[in-house]
Amino acid sequence: MINKKLHFSAWRFVLALAIVLFSTTAMAQDDASAGEPAAAQASGADAAKGKELFNANCAACHKLYKKAVGPALNGVSEKYDREWLYKWINNSAALIASGDPQAVALYNEWGQQNMNAFPGLSTQDIDNILAYTDTPKPEKAAGAVAGAQQGGAVAGGDNSMTNNIILAALAIVLLLLVVLLVVVNKTLKRFAEANGIQTEIIDEEELDRKPIWKAFVENQFLVLVTSIVLLFASLYFVYGAMMSVGVDQGYAPVQPIHYSHRIHAGTNQIDCKYCHSSARESKHSGIPSLNVCMNCHKSIAEVSEETYQEGMNEYGIDYNKEIQKLYKATGWNPDEMKYAGEGEPVRWVRIHNLPDLAYFNHAQHVTAGKIECQTCHGPVEEMEVMYQYSPLTMGWCINCHRETNVDLKGNGYYEQIHKELSEKRGGRQLTIADLGGLECGKCHY
Amino acid sequence: MATTKKYWKSTAQLQDDNEIIQSLEQNEFASPIPTDEFLGNDEAMESSSTSRRDFLKYVGFSTAAASLAACEGPVVNSVPYVNQPERIIPGMANYYATTIANGYDFASVLIKTREGRPIKVENNKDAAFRGSASARAHASVLSLYDTNRLQYPTANGEQVEWSQLDRQVKEKLAGVAGKEIAILSRTFASPTYNKVISKFKEAYPTTTITVYDTVSEDAALDAFNAKYGVRALTDYNFTDAVSIVSVGADFVGDWQGGGFNKGYGQSRVPKNGKMSQHIQFESNMSLSGANADRRFPVTPTEQKHIIAALYSKIVGGPSPKLSDKLSKAVEQAAISLKRAGSKAVVLCGLPSMEAQLLTLEINEALASSIADVKAPIMTRQGNRKAVKGLVSRMNAGQVGVVIFADVDPVYSYDDNDAFAKALTKVSTKISLATRADATAVKSDYVAATPHYLEAWGDTEIKKGYVYLTQPTINTLFDTRQAEDSLLVWAGSTSSYSDLVKETASTNGASWNQSLHDGFYAYSGPVVEEGEVDAPVSSTVSAASALSKLSAAKQPSDYELVLYTKAGLGDGTMANNPWLQELPDPITRTTWDNYVTISQKDAESLGIENYNVANGALDGSYVNVTVNGKTEKLPALIQPGQAPGTIGVALGYGKKEAIQEEMQTGVNAYPFYKDGLNVQSASVALADGIHEFACTQLQNTMMGRDIIRETDLATYKTGNKDEFNPMPEVSLNHIETPVTSPDVDLWESFDRSVGHHFNMSIDLNACTGCGACVIACHAENNVPVVGKTEVRKSRDMHWLRIDRYYSSTESFEGDESKKDGFEGLFGDNGSLGGFGELEIPADNPQVAFQPVMCQHCNHAPCETVCPVAASSHGRQGQNHMAYNRCVGTRYCANNCPYKVRRFNWFLYNGNDEFDYHMNNDLGRMVINPDVTVRSRGVMEKCSLCIQMTQMTILEAKKDGRPVKDGEFATACSNACSDGAITFGDINDKDSEIFKVKQQDRMYHLLEEVGTEPNVMYQVKVRNV
Repeated sequence: MINKKLHFSAWRFVLALAIVLFSTTAMAQDDASAGEPAAAQASGADAAKGKELFNANCAACHKLYKKAVGPALNGVSEKYDREWLYKWINNSAALIASGDPQAVALYNEWGQQNMNAFPGLSTQDIDNILAYTDTPKPEKAAGAVAGAQQGGAVAGGDNSMTNNIILAALAIVLLLLVVLLVVVNKTLKRFAEANGIQTEIIDEEELDRKPIWKAFVENQFLVLVTSIVLLFASLYFVYGAMMSVGVDQGYAPVQPIHYSHRIHAGTNQIDCKYCHSSARESKHSGIPSLNVCMNCHKSIAEVSEETYQEGMNEYGIDYNKEIQKLYKATGWNPDEMKYAGEGEPVRWVRIHNLPDLAYFNHAQHVTAGKIECQTCHGPVEEMEVMYQYSPLTMGWCINCHRETNVDLKGNGYYEQIHKELSEKRGGRQLTIADLGGLECGKCHY
Repeated sequence: MATTKKYWKSTAQLQDDNEIIQSLEQNEFASPIPTDEFLGNDEAMESSSTSRRDFLKYVGFSTAAASLAACEGPVVNSVPYVNQPERIIPGMANYYATTIANGYDFASVLIKTREGRPIKVENNKDAAFRGSASARAHASVLSLYDTNRLQYPTANGEQVEWSQLDRQVKEKLAGVAGKEIAILSRTFASPTYNKVISKFKEAYPTTTITVYDTVSEDAALDAFNAKYGVRALTDYNFTDAVSIVSVGADFVGDWQGGGFNKGYGQSRVPKNGKMSQHIQFESNMSLSGANADRRFPVTPTEQKHIIAALYSKIVGGPSPKLSDKLSKAVEQAAISLKRAGSKAVVLCGLPSMEAQLLTLEINEALASSIADVKAPIMTRQGNRKAVKGLVSRMNAGQVGVVIFADVDPVYSYDDNDAFAKALTKVSTKISLATRADATAVKSDYVAATPHYLEAWGDTEIKKGYVYLTQPTINTLFDTRQAEDSLLVWAGSTSSYSDLVKETASTNGASWNQSLHDGFYAYSGPVVEEGEVDAPVSSTVSAASALSKLSAAKQPSDYELVLYTKAGLGDGTMANNPWLQELPDPITRTTWDNYVTISQKDAESLGIENYNVANGALDGSYVNVTVNGKTEKLPALIQPGQAPGTIGVALGYGKKEAIQEEMQTGVNAYPFYKDGLNVQSASVALADGIHEFACTQLQNTMMGRDIIRETDLATYKTGNKDEFNPMPEVSLNHIETPVTSPDVDLWESFDRSVGHHFNMSIDLNACTGCGACVIACHAENNVPVVGKTEVRKSRDMHWLRIDRYYSSTESFEGDESKKDGFEGLFGDNGSLGGFGELEIPADNPQVAFQPVMCQHCNHAPCETVCPVAASSHGRQGQNHMAYNRCVGTRYCANNCPYKVRRFNWFLYNGNDEFDYHMNNDLGRMVINPDVTVRSRGVMEKCSLCIQMTQMTILEAKKDGRPVKDGEFATACSNACSDGAITFGDINDKDSEIFKVKQQDRMYHLLEEVGTEPNVMYQVKVRNV
């Protein structure tokens, strides 16, 4: 991990330079976004409010420039009559039922799926939304996305190239400094010699002295003490090395799909047990089946621009490509919005490997014990790449069972046990050890 | 001092120019060492560039690399579903109700599946009838993962596509040109299968149906048909039985399909001083005889007389003349029956229609409520006469196509040579088979059928109750169920599963509910299969039957009684290592069938059984000849075998599509002439010594206090000290009960908080059927070790059912004999006396005792373990940490119950033990919640801690206390007799707590002071 962190900080440095280098591009983007409200105000509606409303009501099924469950909405106000649009958005089903030919045609075109009715949206709201949907496609952003599609590698190459250039520049500077030093030193020496100052002092006595290693070898006490110290030191390290055999703390294998817990659990605040739902019920936390991913990723085919850049710059990962991998595995065709191809299960690399001789049950800890996932799995919401946080050794398990006070309240199963045990223990807080959690047979059978 | 002497080996050495001598002097060896021979291929050696030094380098390098690689964990992949099925949560078990129906075993069961794999069979407690699985039904899940099953359809021995097979078969069926198309099938007893057959008949009008039961019940079926007009079998519910008299019927075992032991077990537990009385007349020592209150070893001919005598006593008519002893016994039986009135029942296992008819008459006269003739059992439909007729038609060339539906007559038909010959006269032979059995091998087309856990079906096990079979896994191989094949050949487009559903809906059953329960009640017409070729003459009157039975003459030869074992049954599941290694409940012998013979006859024939140095049993061979066919079989001396009779088990000696290790025993079907299990046989001593693999070497208790027994009269007195005294030890010359804390050296664990598990085994209810042993096998990944290892007493069963014979007439007699010993020598001397006590009586009392780890509170094993691998839990279980065990085996030596098992070898993934754990398919049955043990560790019963922990967790998840009855172990779940009760004694309202307070409760070897958590209930006999 230390290596990784160094790597990251190097990236940050590079990034800072890159920002300076590409500041012109950033400026251009700012210009584009500055253009949005300008366009909106022209029609007397508030595109910013519209964006909010769009995200709250429409974004589940619609995208601006790309079709999703429903059609792309950019330019929709030009396509249809505004009055008709009000009716359609307020209650499309009623409009279809009334036999409006345009509505029926649309209904049939989109596979006879009814759009949700939004009777709560006023005409002003709809105007706002339409103002937002009418914002022209930002060219640069689109270019960047397109660039990611075609030349992701080139973009990555750019970064590493700047990196190399900077390193080379630094090296040249260093080299120059060294040369300078040598030159200065030589000049000073020459000055000294010219002025008759002796630069090298020669001690005659020193030549007769015993070398220090000889003195050391002849001092038996010192040899003994040193060897004892060395022996214990080596024992300490050997013991440490032996004890870490089979302990894979920090194990962070490369996964077939770069899945970022940081984005899902951190940025998006998705509950761990939304995906790892069997942790509540079963001994296995369960790697979610791909249909769970598709609950959201049916409509999230691309990450936001900032996330994309973050992925490219900080981790060198094109998140959109990773989502494409998911689509390939599930056989999802994002253009036609349906499962077309053959699904193929993803072969994840298992990170937490307990030996077969140990029985561990997630439900016991998650549901009965009410323990946070992070207690054992660490700050998952910060992990871009998932790694094994805890050592998963028996000593680690036992320590927790000894030290953790358990909360038995509110669980009908523990009521009687808690009452009796706390009487016995004189009312002190109970640990798992008090409940028999140190017995061999509880985990080994 | 140096010597100058020279020694000559021969005079030739004196000659300086002898070439031979010169060459010999230069060469170390007289003839060149044949290095090529032991180094192998010379050419390959020479062409190889690997020198010896290179080889050593490689060895060194790979050793170093292997040890380095061992430090690095392997990469483990996790592959989740693409689309997770709604009800599957990885790590959680799903249960499905289904029905095993293979022509021999019929039972409603629950299948436990994990991640889509069936791993265990459980009893379906919700089923109205037949919801209890036998040992075979429990083991059937392993047969699903049998690599010797047929994996694809074949035509003329070649693998073909289904479409190809269907096309060819249809051509053959269409081109039959007026000849008969014969379907020879097992008993399906299925309303939907009958629909399929009628569809098939529509397509091919010349079709005939013949039903063939491997183990035939013709006599009982014919008698029932003659009396009640239905080819079916009486059902018995023994729950309320007061008097049971069985004449040659092993109804506790597999007689007429079995499944009666649930009610029987209940009737045997004394309640309010009452329990059923069971009198058994039989030839072989059977499970029923072993459980009987009184047992009389008699020949089958005598049994005929007994039935006749019982008839005359209860219904009336002339009685045959019986010996004094027998007539007294029959008198007693008749009194018992009459006293019980409608709660009495007579059972008959004789293959004689007359005897069966009289039995029906007797039960009718008794107005027996135990025998249910209104809703009879439908699971035996076979008709031997019809099969015989088919064979003769085949011989006559009248049959164009013969289709075998899940039957293997080439193996199991009595005259199998004639059958094989008749087969050659049929131009097209089609087999619908699960494995390439003897019949399938001789067939032109083999349509591979799946295991019952991969198939649909419905079976009317009992009239009015249709049991559903549903798949619990996708087909593992390219198989198609027999019914579907018949449908396709009949040109139907519907699938069998749809038809099953349709039948259910026409019968007015809710499909989902029925599928959930495993059955539905049904009031349609009785399922009747097969064409009764020669209708039974209903003119057989009771009177003529009586006179015929009375006139039966004892043959001068031996009477052979063929029987089936609790393990292999009719042999359908012969390739199942669990069943092969299941010890026979009576003889405790594994991996074999043999001739059981009485001590008296053995002596007269010179047959010997003896134990060799390592304790294993060896025995003589005998030649048994029946109807001119001779087989050489080992002979096992069976206490309780009626003199003049011998017994041989069917179902062994299968060769085709059976793994070599499982090709055990001798095929006894050639003796099974006309499906009659009683035959006249001659026996002669043969050469050779057979090595048996018995799991129990001592047969008697020698008057010790292992199984406690009493009679009902003593029990009724309520004087516990009389029938169940607490052992006492002397403390300061005062007799003190062994459970008193004053004589206890141990400090007790505190078990008052939480659960404290106890198990009770009621010796009255236990019939010794062995279902628990197989259930334990399946639940706990117990390995199979094979015959040679069993012979070395290295069987791995965590749960064994000990069987003891009494040495005198009764166990009580043994005890008083032991107590009567005086001094070492003389008539009452203990030296000779104990020797006598080792020998079982000619007609001993028999008792069963399931023994597993007793989970002692003061466990001797725990104190001696040098690494604390054996430790005590506060829930009462004695834990065994396998990964901690170093294999000193001190614990096993210190265990007074001998329940610990040592893994002498690695039993999984080891070619030396080529059973299910040695192939990927077989390993599918392994329970993922239990460790698979490795070599060098001790293992034993854990009281199914994985199950109790799961129960606790479920309660925690729901936030509620555990309800009584929720805690279970594999054995307590499997025990349909109700012998095993398991629960938490800290719950004062629980069943187990009540059971612990019973008068009959005792602990095994209580005097040792181990305070076990497993208790037994004294066996009470109603003599």
